[in-house]
Amino acid sequence: MEIVCIGLSHKTAPVEVREKFAIGDIHLGEVSATLAKMGDLREAVVVSTCNRVEYYAAAEDGAKAIRMLEAFAEERAGQSAGSALFRHRGDDGIRHLFRVASGLDSMVLGETEILGQVKKAYSAAQADGATSRCLNKLFQRAFNVAKEVRTQTCITRGAVSVGSVAVELAEKIFGKLDHCNVMILGAGETAEMTAKSLQSRGAKAIFVSNRTFERAAALAESLGGRAIHFDQWDAEFAEIDILIGSTGAPHAVVPKRKLEPLMALRPDRPLFCIDLAVPRDFEASVNDLDGVYLYDIDSLQENANQGLRVRQTELGRCEQIIDGHVQEFSGWLAAPVPNFSAPRLKA
Amino acid sequence: MERAFLLASTVCFFFGFAYTMYALGARLLRPSRWSLAIMSVGFVFQTGFLHLRGQVVGRCPLTNLFEVLVFLCWAILLLYFVVGGTYRLSLLGAFTAPLVFLLQTVAQLLPSAGLPAEAKPSAGFWPELHAALALIAYGAFALSCVAGVMYLVQERLLKKHRLNSFFHSLPPIADLSIALQRVMLAGFVLLSAGLFSGLMAGLLSFYKATLIVSAFVWAPYGILLVLRWRRTFSPRRFAWMAVGAFVLALSTLGALNYFHISR
Repeated sequence: MEIVCIGLSHKTAPVEVREKFAIGDIHLGEVSATLAKMGDLREAVVVSTCNRVEYYAAAEDGAKAIRMLEAFAEERAGQSAGSALFRHRGDDGIRHLFRVASGLDSMVLGETEILGQVKKAYSAAQADGATSRCLNKLFQRAFNVAKEVRTQTCITRGAVSVGSVAVELAEKIFGKLDHCNVMILGAGETAEMTAKSLQSRGAKAIFVSNRTFERAAALAESLGGRAIHFDQWDAEFAEIDILIGSTGAPHAVVPKRKLEPLMALRPDRPLFCIDLAVPRDFEASVNDLDGVYLYDIDSLQENANQGLRVRQTELGRCEQIIDGHVQEFSGWLAAPVPNFSAPRLKA
Repeated sequence: MERAFLLASTVCFFFGFAYTMYALGARLLRPSRWSLAIMSVGFVFQTGFLHLRGQVVGRCPLTNLFEVLVFLCWAILLLYFVVGGTYRLSLLGAFTAPLVFLLQTVAQLLPSAGLPAEAKPSAGFWPELHAALALIAYGAFALSCVAGVMYLVQERLLKKHRLNSFFHSLPPIADLSIALQRVMLAGFVLLSAGLFSGLMAGLLSFYKATLIVSAFVWAPYGILLVLRWRRTFSPRRFAWMAVGAFVLALSTLGALNYFHISR
């Protein structure tokens, strides 16, 4: 039996092509089952996410299986994939799945969401009877490999975007964010995205303060928060844990002399200042205040780059782990299938 | 035999610390699993030593400063196993290991460590309970000191924007601050119980100096907790004070030994 895989991903095809080949979640099991009943194919699993559409199958004749999968995918999409389609057979196919499940083939290196998507695709195929001995074993192994890669290396460690660095820092200061209040000064796009990232991790309330109140109100509405007049933001300061600066002011709107007396009123409550504005909204010396942690756009970006570098340096270790498992799985696949139905000899 | 147990436990604590440092440096994740295993083995050896020693001296093994320090290390570890799990402070072990290793090494270098263990008449239930409770309280204070050091390290990394391997492995400063307060409160309650048991047993007339020294430790911790409860100062200052208070508490051990335990 041979493992084969064909598909297209963000690395080989633009979104205009990927969307034609995409398969909705509710059809994954059904498509996998259809494939598993076709010709020489014995088992099949289809994985479809926004970044990839991949067909996995187990068959006696790998070359023939690839041709069948290719024809099926193109017919379903109503167009030829051309050079966008990749094809893997044997060890390459096994390795590809292990890399995908481990997030090594993802757009954001090391992201973990893909593992859940692969699990979902496998469950759908299994529920519709499209998998058996080979693919069951292959996918179970892929989940174990992904777990091992995640726990034995730093491939998922460190944030790789400004928003995720901000969230990571906030969690290292406050622990859980469900009791944290966020205030945005200004109405910049990056600030909005950062606030959304914090909100997605449970931030309690969002306040928006802008020189143009209407813009503050519009942004507050889109975030489900509350708008505050710009000359009144410090009145709400006692309840704020995370302060995001993104105004277009030519000078610092949060100087140390303004923040110092405000912090004195809340000595036991830390303040995380995220300065996304250029020119900067916070005086750098604000970071010297007890309980204040100031990060500007450069330091956030530098940490995001550092996170990415860490992940890239981990690639070698990840590949090593995967190689070991590929060899092991190939050995298992090549071994003769035990015949449990043979009658036992009586002693 | 008991010496071999003690030596083995000291070696375990050294390796527990060394392994965690190596794991962090090599960017291996979950260093706590091995570290915890090594610390657990060390704890078993340590318990074995105290058990055998207790049988020889015929009472709770707190008859000299050497035994007091070993007992203190045992109390620190006991509380670490409880607190580390409760607050999921996996790296607490990495910081506890060097402290226990240091204290136990110092204990073995003391003149009293070389003396052969001798059977001594029991001081009675209440005085022994008083001493044991006080030392377990010291163990809690040691752990609050460890949590304080962790807080200060993590806080500095945040301030200096150094998001390295250590930063990722250390817990959030908010969690450390809460753990620090609760462990200190536990130590304070234990020490209060120790003082109370001492008073109830009528130690005041015989061991006045001991109780005064204990109160000398009890009062600063009480004041610290009240000030923290009233939110008078920042968590960073509280962490520094937890470290300072434990250094003060540790410095009274010799005096306690002189006034009470050797009698």
